[in-house]
Amino acid sequence: MSSVGPRGLSHLKSLESESIEIFREVAASFERPVMMYSIGKDSSVLLHLARKAFFPSRIPFPVLHIDTRWKFREMIEFRDRMARQYDLDLIVHTNPDGLAAGINPFDHGSAVHTDIMKTQALRQALNAGQYDAAIGGARRDEEKSRAKERIFSHRNAQHAWDPKNQRPELWRIFNTRLAPGESMRVFPISNWTELDVWTYIYAEGIEIPDLYFARRRPVVERSGTLIMVDDDRFRFTPGETAREEMIRFRTLGCYPLSGGIRSDAADLPSIIMEMQASRTSEREGRLIDSDSVGSMEKKKQEGYF
Amino acid sequence: MTASSAETALELWLAEQTDKSLLRFLTCGSVDDGKSTLIGRLLYDSQLILDDQLASLRKESRNRTTGDEGIDFSLLVDGLTAEREQGITIDVAYRFFSTDKRKFIVADTPGHEQYTRNMATGASNADLGIVLIDARKGVLTQTRRHSFILSLIGVKHVVLAVNKIDLVGYDADVFNAIEAEYRAFAKDLGFETLAAIPLSALKGDNILDPSPQTPWYNGPQLVPYLESIEVATDRVEQPFRFPVQWVNRPNLDFRGFSGTLASGEVKVGDDILVAASRKPARISRIVTMDGDQQHAIAGEAVTLVLDREVDISRGDVLVHPGETPDYSNQFQARMVWMSDEQAIPGRSYLLKLGAQQVPASITALKFRTNVNTLEQSAAKTLELNEVGTVTIATDKPIAFDSYSDNPLSGSFILIDRISNATLGAGVIEYGLQRAKNLSYQSFDVNRRVRAEMKGQTPQIVWFTGLSGSGKSTVANLIEKRLTSEGRHAYILDGDNVRHGLNKDLGFTDEARVENIRRVAEVARLMADAGLIVIVSFISPFRNERRLAREVAGDVKFTEVFVNTPLEVCEARDPKGLYAKARRGEITNFTGISSPYEAPEKPDIVLHGALQDPVQMADDLYARVFEWDTGYSI
Repeated sequence: MSSVGPRGLSHLKSLESESIEIFREVAASFERPVMMYSIGKDSSVLLHLARKAFFPSRIPFPVLHIDTRWKFREMIEFRDRMARQYDLDLIVHTNPDGLAAGINPFDHGSAVHTDIMKTQALRQALNAGQYDAAIGGARRDEEKSRAKERIFSHRNAQHAWDPKNQRPELWRIFNTRLAPGESMRVFPISNWTELDVWTYIYAEGIEIPDLYFARRRPVVERSGTLIMVDDDRFRFTPGETAREEMIRFRTLGCYPLSGGIRSDAADLPSIIMEMQASRTSEREGRLIDSDSVGSMEKKKQEGYF
Repeated sequence: MTASSAETALELWLAEQTDKSLLRFLTCGSVDDGKSTLIGRLLYDSQLILDDQLASLRKESRNRTTGDEGIDFSLLVDGLTAEREQGITIDVAYRFFSTDKRKFIVADTPGHEQYTRNMATGASNADLGIVLIDARKGVLTQTRRHSFILSLIGVKHVVLAVNKIDLVGYDADVFNAIEAEYRAFAKDLGFETLAAIPLSALKGDNILDPSPQTPWYNGPQLVPYLESIEVATDRVEQPFRFPVQWVNRPNLDFRGFSGTLASGEVKVGDDILVAASRKPARISRIVTMDGDQQHAIAGEAVTLVLDREVDISRGDVLVHPGETPDYSNQFQARMVWMSDEQAIPGRSYLLKLGAQQVPASITALKFRTNVNTLEQSAAKTLELNEVGTVTIATDKPIAFDSYSDNPLSGSFILIDRISNATLGAGVIEYGLQRAKNLSYQSFDVNRRVRAEMKGQTPQIVWFTGLSGSGKSTVANLIEKRLTSEGRHAYILDGDNVRHGLNKDLGFTDEARVENIRRVAEVARLMADAGLIVIVSFISPFRNERRLAREVAGDVKFTEVFVNTPLEVCEARDPKGLYAKARRGEITNFTGISSPYEAPEKPDIVLHGALQDPVQMADDLYARVFEWDTGYSI
């Protein structure tokens, strides 16, 4: 049914087609879709696929970025440039309550910061926009609980996910029906692996933030994690100073919570070849996951993407 | 590594990757057969477990059954906390790994009976199924059930993995007996290939290399077998099917139809037909963001532009003339029921097939298949996880193929119209010719003529409410008044109809659905004949009242809710039925032992506890008939 035969599509091409089909199903089935845009490599692929799905029309829904105000500066510049370049209907939301309370990763820790500035902010933005479908870039190979999520994943009126009560999803038929107040999370690149994402970026020449490439950057090392000093809000511990190191990032988020890795891979081919030899999983550098066992599943039930 | 050498290495590596094909398979079997352990083993042996995962795995594996590596492999795949606590897999999980020869996507599907629907889900996108058997237990009910579902969903290639062979002392006789029993059971299931392999996922026997413990076994090992088996079915060779997903209209100068080729291929200049309207056109462009293409093949997502204006919208299917699909409103299908709520023939559901979505109902349940013995037996309903052969009627014709010809245009799901749950999945066996040949006879004397003769608006006034709420009393008053004014009315009363037309029906949910369906059809016929039809039925279910409204079509339909509280009805108890129901002498009595779903938006509400029947009848008359002095249809 899905294997590539002698006259079939290449592996990447069939992944691309599947994702495009999902994008079109969203546009045709929902009244107010929105696409989550986190500026990372997966979002860059998502954006590229969305443009392909609707070409020559422009993307027929807005693009939403949850700005915690602690993202790398370079990410914000990149975001705004993409929005201009592709004529995106970009919506940026920051949790005003969290902002007023001065929530930050240094004083409040990763759990509180992520909950208020990311999870709650997302909920606010989805409620405000009354979106009935939110498209995200999650992949099934990322994490154990995501391996079980549907492509069209139902959320109740509180944006919560009930893993025991998911709709069966057969063939390419997606049940997109919703009751008032309910919504759908849609993951067009569910079946892609991290390697697929990188090879597709290479094959299609997709632009990604420079933070993915190894450069000399100012860092401090904390319990084995390399944190980049991106602006003067960084809190040094007594005696701590930044030093220059050749590093790159495998995932992008809030800069105080994103661990870099030492690397010489300064371009795409080097990154992919380095990854081939890599022996650690992608989310290792993401500090939010190590707080507790099953933390991703818990966050998702609460509405985290 | 320098930039240029990395690029060369990458190009080499990419070339290798493009030569790799993809195999999607699923693992299924009974609880504790070791599915998760097997997948964990495959991931481990293909060196996909990364250092940080391995470290946390060793930590978690303490106090658990482990192999020589000191790892409980099932921890790798049992993702959800609930599953880890219960030690079982409750939902389908997708895993990715690759070897030098192939890429794999594995669906790990649950063995628990109540989650069989997830197995069907995993099977729907798989080329091959691994059926796991615990060598100590042999072929179980679940083994048969899962094999049957593989067959139903059309999986053509099966590996019978006789696991835990170490725990039976690597005994050849045990393996041979299991293989023989399974082959006998599976001979009618239509599998093209079936390989039985004795293995131990925990110890690694016969996974990659021949196990020294099973010298009596000469067959292939699991991974080499998965790497080499040929499963491809050439969808490009099949007739062209292009379901229109989305109409692409950026401006007035461009109108394209976006979708993915379900099968076949298409070229610029090809003549095509719209399957439903039979309107012809020619392909003028095949548009993608990477530039126009001269042709496109199965699986490609493209936007087609036609040489002329044709009315086409989402759900239409574009095909080649001479290779058209079935186009009908009735077909026979096999279904897996996936909901706690049983299937009820006659109830209106939503059917989704490709991009087509239409109201549909099960018109006949031909038989249920016992998944353990494959025997067929008569059935009135389908329960969760049951498989049945049904006739489906859609409200309007749809385009489809039989599933064996074309899986993507021959498969569908049924959706509940109120809860929106996916209730069941089906594969089409064949279209029913009857529907094609049976067109509505149009006569010269029609409803308008008959309405003119009678000088009235033919219509349906549908009463709903509890037994004893006052429906029949009010209906009777209305009919008397209309008749005295020279109008032609007729009451269809629940009790009376059950003595004749519906005397074969009881009071179970499915019988109540059929009861209402028949009455709705009769009411519609009578209205067509020019009558004012007053229906006085408890009609407890929202779904069926909606069905009645839909059956009425363009006939004026007024839903009247006689809202009399249960206590009041019970106190009145004109027929002594409530007393009997309370004593348990009547089962399935609405309000007592069977639910009544009050209307959410009735056209008219009458309050039986506040008004007497004459007041209610006057009220209703004023709102429905007072100004209806002429006729309209």
